[in-house]
Amino acid sequence: MTLPLSLGPVRPVPLSAINPVAQLGAIAVVLPVLLVSGDLLTPLVVLAAEVCLLPAAGLTTPRTVLARTWPLLLGAAGVAWVNVLFGDAGWASGVALAVRVLALALPGVLLVASTDPVRLADALTLHWRVPTRFAFGTLAALRLVPLLAAEWQTIRLARRARGVEPGRNPVAQGRLFAGTAFALLVAAVRRGTRLAAAMDARGFDSGIARTNARGSVLRRRDAAYLAGAVAVCAAALALSVATGTWEPVFS
Amino acid sequence: MRLTGWGFRYPSRHAWAARDVDLRVDPGERVLLTGPSGAGKSTLLHALAGLLGPDEGEQTGEITVDGRAPAEARARTGVVFQDPDAQLVMTRAGDDVAFGLENAGVRPERIWPAVESVLAEVGFPYGRDRATAALSGGQKQRLVLAGALAPRPGLLLLDEPTAQLDPDGAVLVREAVARATGARDTTLLVVDHDAEAWLPLVDRVVELRPEGGAVEHGPGWRPAPLRLPVRTPRPAGAVLLRAEAAGYTHRGAEQPALAATDVAVPAGRTLAVTGPNGTGKSTLALLLAGLRPPTTGRIAAAPALTAGLRRPDRPPHRWRADELVRRIGTVFQHPEHQFLTGRVRDELALGPLRSGAGDDAAHRRAEELMERLGLAALAEANPFTLSGGQQRRLSVATALATDPAVLVLDEPTFGQDRDTWGELVALLAEQQRDGRALVLVTHDAAVVRALADDELALQPTPVPA
Repeated sequence: MTLPLSLGPVRPVPLSAINPVAQLGAIAVVLPVLLVSGDLLTPLVVLAAEVCLLPAAGLTTPRTVLARTWPLLLGAAGVAWVNVLFGDAGWASGVALAVRVLALALPGVLLVASTDPVRLADALTLHWRVPTRFAFGTLAALRLVPLLAAEWQTIRLARRARGVEPGRNPVAQGRLFAGTAFALLVAAVRRGTRLAAAMDARGFDSGIARTNARGSVLRRRDAAYLAGAVAVCAAALALSVATGTWEPVFS
Repeated sequence: MRLTGWGFRYPSRHAWAARDVDLRVDPGERVLLTGPSGAGKSTLLHALAGLLGPDEGEQTGEITVDGRAPAEARARTGVVFQDPDAQLVMTRAGDDVAFGLENAGVRPERIWPAVESVLAEVGFPYGRDRATAALSGGQKQRLVLAGALAPRPGLLLLDEPTAQLDPDGAVLVREAVARATGARDTTLLVVDHDAEAWLPLVDRVVELRPEGGAVEHGPGWRPAPLRLPVRTPRPAGAVLLRAEAAGYTHRGAEQPALAATDVAVPAGRTLAVTGPNGTGKSTLALLLAGLRPPTTGRIAAAPALTAGLRRPDRPPHRWRADELVRRIGTVFQHPEHQFLTGRVRDELALGPLRSGAGDDAAHRRAEELMERLGLAALAEANPFTLSGGQQRRLSVATALATDPAVLVLDEPTFGQDRDTWGELVALLAEQQRDGRALVLVTHDAAVVRALADDELALQPTPVPA
């Protein structure tokens, strides 16, 4: 099972040419439109546009798409199912809700699939003045995630080696899980402290104005991408209003 | 850099981490700072790096770098610590080297030429775009070194930079240090208890004493030889455990972590498992220890080992944990992974209690082990607060508490100074005399010489073209 979130350098795909802040901007455009539209047609049009972008994000085969979106698909299906079971509006509203969830989350998938985390941090600090301590600190912390996964395995095995095993008793399983989680937390804090010391020793956040070796340029195509997002939303709204299906959630 | 009567004490500790240290190092000198664990080597280095503020503890005497307080001179100081994974920030090699230059506010157009030249200087064999996650430990540490050197520090501090690496990785790092400091425009201070390896690279050797003070060793000084235990080779006893074409492949991985391996573990003998990183040494240890099921082949336990099991036909990884600890004991590379209680005494009693011993019997066993392994004074201490050497002895003791016939140890001498090394090797030799079978996974050639009857040298699996 592949994690849908990649932490290493991302192989460039066509969509990588769009600056991460432009992609975040597009999400900011799509978000309110989807949040207020309670009908099926509006999110469906937006979703269709997003699906067209999947190949540009390097997600060309059903397999790669599934690898990135399985938690999302599962979530959308769950939302729809719960709505059908417990809601009073039946199938149609369940499906509309699922499509909205997908349309809301897919831009995030596009961003993650096409964006190198380092480039994202560069763009955020240079264009949106996000504090470097936060952006690069998060980046450094993300690097530790796969290491912690390996550590979790080791701690679990080490407990069996000490004769501690829960067997089939769920209470004992819960306690062992909590114990392992605590040991992992201790390990994570220890590693994190060392990483922070190493970053301090390299002059991170020492009060000198930080430069950025890679830079982050906003080009005309970034504006075009944003305009595209606005156009898709406008078209979706226009279409659903024209056909009389538009249905704001707060009415 | 200059220290006069310098000392430091952490707020939660009674004893001084370092005291009465006088040291003067002139620009361009290359100094090795050595001494036993707990003598305050790392504390001194942190102080020089300007990482010990007034909040961290109490300081006496004077410490200056370039005539200034270390924190003010931080921009002129580069540091390399032990764990490469806790030092790399970026996902690409070049970006990581650039990190320090960016922090120093160097203009972007001057950064990349500087990165290229420092990568060449440390002999980094890959391009700037290489993913840091795909590097070996030695290459990662070379990259960390390049990152520390990139801002052209006047003082380079190395805190046991090879302690977490295999011998090949350690050689890579020492070569890189030799190349990078050859021009002598950087003052070098290395902290390491493996003095021998650094001797050719340094001009002076200074030893910190645990009781305080520092001793300068003259030219031609050599560290005391390792104390090897006297061993009487025994004929191999009955085979207890056997790997039959046992191999392991991680789920989703293309290459096996361990290629199919055959090996026998007889009573009263010590098997050393050696070989470069990535050949599956630790994986083999986990299979033999009954902690992981092999994905190919099998691990077979002899009747001598399976006697008393409820289901003796099952392989070790299917045994219940309490049955396992009475037959096969495992000591992990990092002792903290194994500690489960808040007191040394409880830690030792845990295994016996788990495997069905009564309260009295379990605590008697704990007393006896503490007495024998010199841990009695620490009975009430928290295992996590012990020194590296003490933690290691305790982790071996916890495995012995349930009296297993087979003892599997992963890198038992890792990070130990010469004194604790000697104690540990003597302890293991004793286990072997008692008729236990030992499996040692190790990079340490000295421990193989000191203890092993048989050696299994794992080879890298050829990568198909």
